[in-house]
Parts: sequence; structure tokens; C-alpha cells
Amino acid sequence: MEPAGWVMMIVSIGTVLCMVTFCLVKVLSLPAVEMDEIKGPLEIDTQDTVDAD
Amino acid sequence: MHKSENWGTRIGVILAVAGSAVGLGNFLRFPGQVAQNGGGAFMIPYFIALLILGIPLCWAEWTMGRYGGVRGFHSSPGIFSVLCKTPKARYMGTIGLLIPLIIYMYYVLIEAWCLGYAISYLDGSLMPANNPGDYGVFFDNFIGANSDGALLTAEHNWFLGVLLVTFGLNFFFLYRGITKGIEAFCRVVMPIMAMLAIIVLIRVLTLGTPDPAHPDQNVINGLGKLWNPDFSKLANPSTWLAASGQIFFSLSVGFGVIINYASYLRKKDDIALSGLTASSMNEFFEVCLGGLITIPAAFIFLGNAVPTNSTFALGFVALPEVFAHMPMGQLFGFLWFFMLFIAAITSSLSMLQPVIAFFEEGLGLKRHASAAILGLISMLGAGFVVYFSKGTVAMDIMDFWVGTVLLVVLALIQAILYGWVLGIEKGEKELHRGSHIRIPHFIQLILKYVTPLFLLIIFFMFITGEDAAKSVKAIQDNPVAKMTMMFILVIFGFLLLMVHIAGIRWEKEGRFDHLLEEEDD
Repeated sequence: MEPAGWVMMIVSIGTVLCMVTFCLVKVLSLPAVEMDEIKGPLEIDTQDTVDAD
Repeated sequence: MHKSENWGTRIGVILAVAGSAVGLGNFLRFPGQVAQNGGGAFMIPYFIALLILGIPLCWAEWTMGRYGGVRGFHSSPGIFSVLCKTPKARYMGTIGLLIPLIIYMYYVLIEAWCLGYAISYLDGSLMPANNPGDYGVFFDNFIGANSDGALLTAEHNWFLGVLLVTFGLNFFFLYRGITKGIEAFCRVVMPIMAMLAIIVLIRVLTLGTPDPAHPDQNVINGLGKLWNPDFSKLANPSTWLAASGQIFFSLSVGFGVIINYASYLRKKDDIALSGLTASSMNEFFEVCLGGLITIPAAFIFLGNAVPTNSTFALGFVALPEVFAHMPMGQLFGFLWFFMLFIAAITSSLSMLQPVIAFFEEGLGLKRHASAAILGLISMLGAGFVVYFSKGTVAMDIMDFWVGTVLLVVLALIQAILYGWVLGIEKGEKELHRGSHIRIPHFIQLILKYVTPLFLLIIFFMFITGEDAAKSVKAIQDNPVAKMTMMFILVIFGFLLLMVHIAGIRWEKEGRFDHLLEEEDD
């Protein structure tokens, strides 16, 4: 592999890793959703499978 | 009227959108494009396209999707009507149903190939000990490429079984709904997919020089095969077009999926950071995993004979050859194809949701009925592709006209709707509602002026290119290609009719009345 190949590979992968790490750290460190906003499976069930037409 | 569905968690929607974007293209198409278009030099136009085309378009789709969703619509016909403040705009949204539906019809088959190959590695039938013969011949026979109707012979019964299982799995998760189906599935399988890919990556990077007779066929040179830059290729416009095309198809923009998924967000849910995170995850799978596994592995065992110009040849012919020679190849072959299957199923699930959402909100059907009708239509289409398997003509026509050209058309419509109908001032305000990051203003200017122009250029280059000429000639000369085109038009006509009926229903119910008086808050 040529030195330029190493540079392109490291810069490309490094850029993507920085981007994905920044985003994931930011998303995962956000405060939890407030209780009144939480929609558990039971609450959001549309019930449209219950009385099929 | 039943209660609208919503995503359960922030990470759930991100994983679902990333799952939709990550597919076979990340692992097979991307490395082929890099190798053909200047190696490492390709990454320069690639990242430029990501910044001015891919990510801004994703943000636009997320914004329009949530905008339509909080106003009670989840399908592109409804969302387009909301954006244009006229029910007539719904007809444009028909493309947003046609694209995922038609793509699903052939994509489910490719998904079944991956599962079929994974099973063949499990039982060892793809390993040299069981004498599978030439892998190219094996693949052609496996997909019935030699004659129409080949897959319906007794010899292929087990493959039809695999296809039915794949179909069933898709509809099982779809039927369970957004939170309990798609979100729950993606939350479990996305980390598994990353783990499997990383295991295969470690295996490839630790192969060293497996064949002492060919000392130059080693890992470092394998990486060089992909990453050594040829900067002279940057002077060729086709390199820039290839990079834009790769970004475009990889991020699933213009698919009708992101706009649908984003419509299940609540008014103050973040979309700026979520959109960026989903795009970044897709790039991780593409550049960091796809860019390090496929071509280097193939080079180590096949040398310069690696096929880079065909996704199927690379994935289903060259790689089995690699696993046949690799230590513990049976295990890694299974892990690889199972990983591809997961990548494919998270994408195919996303293709069904926009259509089922339309059947529910447009025609007032319950989920049972919507799933049943969608199952019937998609099975008809998949059956068409299964029967007309010779030379994958039917699949190629669908992929080119719907999976390539129409994708660009829909993205262009969406870019215009965002930049010129919704307006970048309102769009920027919407994008930042509940946002955890600030998007620079110049992105809005790019979305208004640069992106539509860029998409227009891509569109004209596609329809005036060699592939379009070949496809048109095939339609003129080949009856199967002609029938496929007719089939697409029939489905389009059916969807148009459904969209027309849905619009009448919506108007009767007064679902657009408030839009005309709505004040922008």
C-alpha cells in the first residue's frame, strides 16, 4: 500500500469514526425523556388489530 | 379515529432509519465503486457529496416527515398535500409509494439469496468438500438465471421455502407496528449486525499472507487495492457522478422511507441530531466496515481478478470463493451472509411501512386488512420477479427505472418541496424545533439552490447515460423487459387510483380544512 493510500484510508475512516462517535455520545448523553412524554408499548398500541373488519 | 403511532425511544428511531439505509450496497456496491473510481481519491467527491447532497437531503426529509406527521399524515401523498396545502399534491406522493413497493418486490428475493447462502454455509453445501462446483455457475443456478420459471422447478423448492420465510418475517414485524415491530427488531439486530461485521473484519485483517506461493497477495496490498488513490480520476465527471450516486442510494434519500419514519415523531422530538446520527451510522457501516472487508478479502485470495463492477459477482461469486480458501471459511461465510441478511431485512421492512401507512390512513383500513392487501400485491410482484428470472432481466428493469431513476425524481420533488414550497425559513425553524444541535444557515441555502440543481444534473446524466440506453433497448427488444415495464405502470396506475380515492375521503373528512387557516407558530 502506498503512503497516499494509508493517508486516504486513515483520514476517511477517522472522519467517519469522529462523526459517529460525536453523534452517539451526544444522543446517549441526552437527558431521559420526561415521564409524561414516555409512550410505552401499551399506550401507543393502536388497537387496530383487535377488531378486524 | 385511532390514536396515532409514535416511536418509543430516541435511539429506536435512529436505529430504524440507519437500518433502513444500511443494506447490501454498503458492503458490496461501495467497495466496487471505490475500486473502479480512483480508489482513495474517490473519497474526496464522496465526502463532498455527503455534505452537500446526502446529509442536507436527509434533514429535509426528516423535517417534512415530522411536519406532516404532527398534522396527521404518515404517507407521502398525505404529507405532500400538507406541504403544498392542496389535496391535489397527493398525486405526486404516489411515487413515494411506488418506489418502496416495487423495490421490495425484488429486494426480498435478494434478501432470500443471502439467507439461502447463510443456510448453505451452515450445512456446508457451499464448501469445497461438498463440491459446489464453479461459484458463478452455482449462483446462476441458485437464482434461476438460466431460464424463466427455473425457480419453480422441484430442485428449487427449498429456495422458495426460504423466500416464504423471508416474506413471512417481514410481514410479522410489520404487522406488529412501529414500536413493537420495526423499532424493537432494529434495536436488537442492528448491534448484532455491527458485531458480526466486526468479527469478519478482524478475521480479514488478521489473514496476513495466507498463500506463501503468492506473497504479494496479503492484507496490506489488499487494502492498497482499494485505498491507493488515483487522483487523475478526479478530472473525470463520471467519478463525481458515481460518488454522488453512491451517497444518494446509500442514505436511502428519495425512497419515501425517511419521510414516513419521521412522521411518527412528536412535535418537539429532535430531528437534526437524529438525522445526522442515522447518516453517520450508515457511513460507519459503509466506510469503516464495507471499505475494509470485501475488496481486501477478495484480493488476498483472488489477486487482481476481483470483480469490482458487479455487486452480485463480488458478493455471491467472489466472496464464496474467498470463504472456500479461508481458514474457518464455513463459519465466516455463514456470519457474513447472515449479516447481509440482517442488513437486507432492516431495509426491506422500511419499504413496506410507507405503503401500509397509506392503506391505513388513506383508505381507512385496519392493520389486518392493510397487511393482507400489501402482502398480496407484493407477493404478486415478487412472484413476477421469481418467474422471470432469466438473466435477472425483470429485476434489472425494476432496479433501473424505479430503484435508480425514480429515486432521483422523488428526491428532486422533495428538494423542491422543502426549498421552494415549505420554504427554507420555515424549514429551518421546523428543523430546529426540539433540536439538540444547531445546523448552520448555509445548509438551507444549499438545500434551496445547490441540491435541486445537483439532482437535476444527476437525473439528466442517468437518463442520457449508457445504462438508460441499454434499458430502453431491452424494453424494445425483450418481451420480459417490456412486460416488467407494463407491470410497473399497472402498479403505478393502481396506486394513483387509491391515492385519488384517499384524497376524496380526506376532503370529505375535512382533514385539510385547518391547513389553510393554520398560522405558523
